[in-house]
Amino acid sequence: MAKRIDVSGLTAYYGSHKAIEDISMTVEPRSVTAFIGPSGCGKSTFLRTLNRMHEVTPGGRVEGKVLLDDEDLYGAGVDPVSVRREVGMVFQRPNPFPTMSIFDNVAAGLRLNGSYKKSQLNDIVEKSLKGANLWNEVKDRLNKPGSGLSGGQQQRLCIARAIAVEPKVLLMDEPCSALDPISTLAIEDLIGELKERFTIVIVTHNMQQAARVSDRTAFFNLAAVGQPGRLIEIDDTERIFSNPSVQATEDYISGRFG
Amino acid sequence: MSTAAVTDKRPNSLRSGHLPKWSPWAIAGGSVVVAAGIGLGAGLSSKVEWGLIAAILYVLGTFVIATMVEGKRQAKDRVATSLVWVAFLIAVIPLVSLIWTTVKRGVKVLDPYFLTHSMGIVADSEPGGGIYHAIIGSLEQVGLATLIGAPIGVLTAVYLVEYGRGKLARAVTFFVDVMTGVPSIVAGLFILSLMLMLDMQPFGFAGSLALAILMMPVVVRSTEEMLKLVPNELREASLALGVPKWRTILKVVLPTSIGGITTGIMLAIARIAGETAPILLLVWGNSFINNNPFSGAQQALPLYIYQQYANSSGSTAAYDRAWAASLTLIAFVMILNLVARGIARWKAPKTGR
Ligand SMILES: Nc1ncnc2c1ncn2[C@@H]1O[C@H](COP(=O)(O)OP(=O)(O)OP(=O)(O)O)[C@@H](O)[C@H]1O
Ligand SMILES: [Mg+2]
Repeated sequence: MAKRIDVSGLTAYYGSHKAIEDISMTVEPRSVTAFIGPSGCGKSTFLRTLNRMHEVTPGGRVEGKVLLDDEDLYGAGVDPVSVRREVGMVFQRPNPFPTMSIFDNVAAGLRLNGSYKKSQLNDIVEKSLKGANLWNEVKDRLNKPGSGLSGGQQQRLCIARAIAVEPKVLLMDEPCSALDPISTLAIEDLIGELKERFTIVIVTHNMQQAARVSDRTAFFNLAAVGQPGRLIEIDDTERIFSNPSVQATEDYISGRFG
Repeated sequence: MSTAAVTDKRPNSLRSGHLPKWSPWAIAGGSVVVAAGIGLGAGLSSKVEWGLIAAILYVLGTFVIATMVEGKRQAKDRVATSLVWVAFLIAVIPLVSLIWTTVKRGVKVLDPYFLTHSMGIVADSEPGGGIYHAIIGSLEQVGLATLIGAPIGVLTAVYLVEYGRGKLARAVTFFVDVMTGVPSIVAGLFILSLMLMLDMQPFGFAGSLALAILMMPVVVRSTEEMLKLVPNELREASLALGVPKWRTILKVVLPTSIGGITTGIMLAIARIAGETAPILLLVWGNSFINNNPFSGAQQALPLYIYQQYANSSGSTAAYDRAWAASLTLIAFVMILNLVARGIARWKAPKTGR
């Protein structure tokens, strides 16, 4: 059920500011693709164009094509709401719903989208929490508020919430940047398991993390401050980290760059 | 060499003189005593003047004593603190004395009989009668006004915060600002002109309409502030789950801010519960019980208070009733406030650590 993403000629704007320009790439199903690059080069912006979250920002505009298998996400008549059910997202800062219990947080996407029987919900919540490696830690306090968990637990709760609606693709924007090394490791392991079922795209500033978890790596860069960000190259992670075809990539990875 | 030009203001030692903990109290007590002495000596009769002299003495005394013992910087700190205390007292004294006077004069005739009977045929100058008709009238008029004003206000705020962009939103904001400043008598006149056009007699619901006009901008403003406090991340998290925007607002944004929104509505209710002018114009007042807000003149608490004072030609019985009705009104507003706090605490996002 994982799906392939085909991006061609994608340009995104904030009002009149062009943030990324002419990006084309393919993301393979059942794999992890990492986005790396200096701050401000448009990784988050690009990620958000993949589930039509970019247009939620006032002034956000997109040109180009994003094919999910063979359907253009930006085609005429496509409902962004149904796109987001297919392409889930995990944010940099854990953001559980503060008024909801742990159970309700995981069930939120399902409940807010339709009616389920209580027993069905129970099953899905348990499966999702197990999928996010959180079940054992929270199974005795499912009715406690989600904001009472630690940061790392909250982030796994957010992952459980995202996979509960069974998306085809999971986008993660620096999911570990607010976490300690142990929680980070837990989430990296989780990503390794999740890629059996989902197509995963992860933005990270951590080179080791990109090398550890991803199959393919895309390097973004911008020519100068104020210029739009561009995709420099995308290749197998091993290749990018050992023998990239562009000099700028090597400079960035080896730390000889900004 | 150049460093020598800069004079270092720091003292040579980290230690310095220090006033004991009880010194502010001592200075305050001293200033009150001295002020009383000056007041007696100069033959000032007004206790307000005594109080002001004491306040000035307190601030000055603090400054002088602290400068001598502790030095300039600490003295400034103490003067700032004492000014805050003086301002606090000046703000609190009228409040406390208002509540004290109302309670003292209000309890005289405030009993179950007073709360459960109307004035009926009791003449305004005679003892007896009660405010049941006014309580019923106030509850119905304010309740109906809330039923109209609160939903419209909350929905307007939701529009402004969640959807509003461009000209329309700016126009709405502008009108809300203008409405905030509309005097209650003008709102009353507006409804009255409609009533005259339609050739209608005074009735409770007309008052509710005017009260709703007064309530709406207050609700819009407070709800807007509460909605703006909801972090954008929560909206995005919900949208990214494939939840439509209207459900996101209904199930995530509003529940997160419901505590603050209710508090705002309760405060708006408290505000309109004391409005007299539109009631006088549109509801007229009535000394008999009228349970139907849609037909016939009604009574309301603030109007009752005014009429007891105005029509009694100095009878103490009427004054006592007016004070008892005031106490009832204040109690009503206070209960609303407590309920609002309760709801805010109960609904506040839980951290639960
Ligand atoms: N809401 C916004 N409004 C206007 N411009 C924005 C907005 N968000 C981002 N930008 C601009 O778009 C460009 C790309 O930003 P983006 O957040 O995608 O960078 P990033 O690669 O994710 O950086 P980081 O690694 O620091 O997260 C930047 O120049 C930024 O200033
Ligand atoms: Mg980013």
